Amino acid sequence: MPMTKESIEELIIQSIPDAKVSIEDLRGDGDHYSATVISKSFDGKSKLDQHKMVYDSLQGKMGIELHALVLITKAE
Amino acid sequence: MNDNDFDVTENINNEIKTNDVVLYMKGTPAFPMCGFSAATVQVLTGIGVKFSSVNVLDSDKIREGIKKFSNWPTIPQLYVKEEFIGGCDIVKEMYESGELLELFKSKGIEVNPS
Repeated sequence: MPMTKESIEELIIQSIPDAKVSIEDLRGDGDHYSATVISKSFDGKSKLDQHKMVYDSLQGKMGIELHALVLITKAE
Repeated sequence: MNDNDFDVTENINNEIKTNDVVLYMKGTPAFPMCGFSAATVQVLTGIGVKFSSVNVLDSDKIREGIKKFSNWPTIPQLYVKEEFIGGCDIVKEMYESGELLELFKSKGIEVNPS
């Protein structure tokens, strides 16, 4: 079951409230997305931890409902 | 190998202990079955580092086990000297910034960038 752009964005913002999220549907198939997430809460964290925070916000959907998400995270 | 017949954590530990650089991926380096796995192979090949690969499509147990092992939901996953480095996006980013090359060098792993 593919996810909509809006539902991905909603989940990320729910758990990282200050996040600026921009999502692109790479193939227009609702299954391959690219997300850029900018949040102060990433400050001082490793890339690994930053990406983990975004994956955690997706509540286990990553890799199951959501097949492909290119992830770019920035502290500011 | 019988899929039900081995301890998956032990298997992963063994694999990353025996090999300095291990890529858990979908497919093989010659025939990657997913764009993210292909891109990661390309980075490692570009750096000219020797790596061993595990095709998670061969075993559902490893496919699920590796995600639990690293607490990371996606594949590919790169391990260097038993340490989980990241997935495709992180590996690519580290490659572009030069960090990946530094990492290999600092761990005494031979590289041969093309």
